[in-house]
Amino acid sequence: MGILIKSASVLGTNVADIRIKDGIVTEVGSLTSQTGEEVIEAAGLVLLPGLVDLHTHVREPGREDAETIETASHAAAKGGYTALSPMANTHPVADTAGVVEQVARLGAATSRVDLFPIGAVTKGLAGEQLSEIGAMADSSARVRIFSDDGKCVFDPLVMRRALEYVKRFDGIVAQHAQEPRLTEGAQMNEGTVSAELGLTGWPAIAEESIIARDILIAEHVGSRLHICHLTTAGGVELVRWAKSRGVKVTAEVTPHHLLLTDELARGYDAVYKVNPPLRSHSDVLALRAGLIDGTIDIVATDHAPHPEEDKDCEWQAAAFGMLGLETALGVVVKALFEGSATIDWKLIADRMSVRPAHIAGYEAHGQAIEVGASAHLILVDPKATTTVDRTKMASKSKNTPYDAMALPTQITHTIYGGAVVMTNGTVL
Amino acid sequence: MRHLLSINDLTVQQAHEILTTAYELDRVSDGQIKKLPTLRGRTIVNLFFEDSTRTRISFESAAKRLSADVINFSAKGSSVSKGESLKDTAQTLQAMGADGVIIRHNASGAAQRLADSGWISASVINAGDGTHEHPTQALLDSYTIARNFERENYDLSGLTIGIVGDILHSRVARSNVLLLRKLGASVILIAPPTLIPVGAESWGATISYSFDDVIENLDVVMTLRIQHERMSNFFFPSLQEYSRGYGLDDSRLSRMKASAVIMHPGPMNRGVEISSSAADSNQSLVLRQVTNGVFVRMAVLYHLLGGPQSATQSEMGI
Repeated sequence: MGILIKSASVLGTNVADIRIKDGIVTEVGSLTSQTGEEVIEAAGLVLLPGLVDLHTHVREPGREDAETIETASHAAAKGGYTALSPMANTHPVADTAGVVEQVARLGAATSRVDLFPIGAVTKGLAGEQLSEIGAMADSSARVRIFSDDGKCVFDPLVMRRALEYVKRFDGIVAQHAQEPRLTEGAQMNEGTVSAELGLTGWPAIAEESIIARDILIAEHVGSRLHICHLTTAGGVELVRWAKSRGVKVTAEVTPHHLLLTDELARGYDAVYKVNPPLRSHSDVLALRAGLIDGTIDIVATDHAPHPEEDKDCEWQAAAFGMLGLETALGVVVKALFEGSATIDWKLIADRMSVRPAHIAGYEAHGQAIEVGASAHLILVDPKATTTVDRTKMASKSKNTPYDAMALPTQITHTIYGGAVVMTNGTVL
Repeated sequence: MRHLLSINDLTVQQAHEILTTAYELDRVSDGQIKKLPTLRGRTIVNLFFEDSTRTRISFESAAKRLSADVINFSAKGSSVSKGESLKDTAQTLQAMGADGVIIRHNASGAAQRLADSGWISASVINAGDGTHEHPTQALLDSYTIARNFERENYDLSGLTIGIVGDILHSRVARSNVLLLRKLGASVILIAPPTLIPVGAESWGATISYSFDDVIENLDVVMTLRIQHERMSNFFFPSLQEYSRGYGLDDSRLSRMKASAVIMHPGPMNRGVEISSSAADSNQSLVLRQVTNGVFVRMAVLYHLLGGPQSATQSEMGI
């Protein structure tokens, strides 16, 4: 029992038939169906490697009212993701081998896609004492990315030691760049809109000063640094400069920072409250340019589910974060290619699958679509649109900022490990 | 007009209408009539999440003079201190049949959330939300200025108003800049650079870091209350240094134009942002502001709740 994908446009270029058997791509070419084989008529559809997210808040353990690993994986399958990386800021914090193994085990039991836990850099995300990084790396969860995301590793000595320590197993430290003193009580991007709204500003410099510092530390100790959710034009410049010096730095941008701006805070609807905050239009343009020229390596969702009561309140009282998995592809295509005659699917595949898999070492993901490749694949209708409906999210939460927005493209199939796990919006 | 959340909600025409109504009420009160029947049978809630006795009694007095029933709901000693959300508090008031809610809240945007979220159908009046706006204060300040300078049509062009002090944290300053600019006045924001918000360049006001450079040009000196706790966040080194640079002291008082007036939204820190002799001088309009506040708030309540096109009335099919 295998799958034959007929007449798919591989990465939006050559049309081919692809045979999948036992979770592996076994043939590529002009093929005829065999008995018992499921045939997917894919004429007009684009075939891509399954998307890979290096920044997901699955909320389990601890906040199962907002999301569980299972519901996050449904959102992932709907959004074309075949690999997720749960962030460490759960309850309890994923700062021991026990917790990351629990997350990995829950993933194996309930997730429809692959789940690779991220470990905390410091105990309890407190920024004071290193967590048992080695034990997490050596555990059955084989953690390679460490992050205190949600909090910044603000102590430069702690950051230096963490960067040095992960070299033993070629690990990476993913920094949530936010200078804490410059962002006390911060609510939104600091600029003309925050001045008018009377909301405490979160200045771009609070992000950029940490990025600059960490680039210098990473260069000094020769370690791999990853910058989470870059949001500012200045941050793009810093990463560009670091790469030109040969520093081993990679960076991610979220779909929402590629599309939305701080103007949306007018009205005080907390669905637009996110950390780091939505920035200005010129920042959005710089992020798009940075992603296209490769300064920013990847798109990561920062999928952050919150229950209704944490958003349906005063802005100041609301939680930071927005959903991302189900809408990421459409938002990225809209941000980068709206108004263009064609969509550069190779670029999309590179930034949303190939490079994230490479950075994290997820070897079975982001592979070239050829014989022998793992069958983590998606089919996308490039001509269709998908209208977002917050009441019909696969996620347990509804805090999408794109409600009622028509996004380009539609993901028709998500194939994980050689099996169709989602078709036309329905998770199987 | 359904709600008053921000000065941005008002057209120049609507601002003129409110100020004109305030003047009518002002004149009426010069005679013997103290109470009007306009809002008889309507329920108005003073929903105060922050202490502000002055603003609350000003609104209460305005509502009572229009014969409304007034409920004072203060966060202290209420279920709010037990962690009840704004949404639940609002819906409770709705269930009790509030026609108008006057809200003072420490979160910027709380009034707008109350109005836009679908939690309640009552008219919402912003009586100060965090560091965002305080629109009735701006209306009463413009009314006071217009009366003093005999601008019958509420055109304030040609007047230069200096707003001095903690602009960054001041909802009074934000509302005043918007309304004074709408009515044609020139505005100068005067403060140390730490107390001017990043982005204030777009407000259409001039920014000055030196009170002494501009004091002789001002027709109105509007001083703002300085919070003592600002020192702990390094906004300025000491109250004494702040006062030396930005206080309306006796020497600055003597340099003001003879026709210029002094305003303060209260409560004043005498000896810090304003000296006693400035506060009590015959150029001070501080007590006029308090008196005018009641007329202006009556006018706002009248336009939101008492007018023939009141949204609440038409919704209720009266």
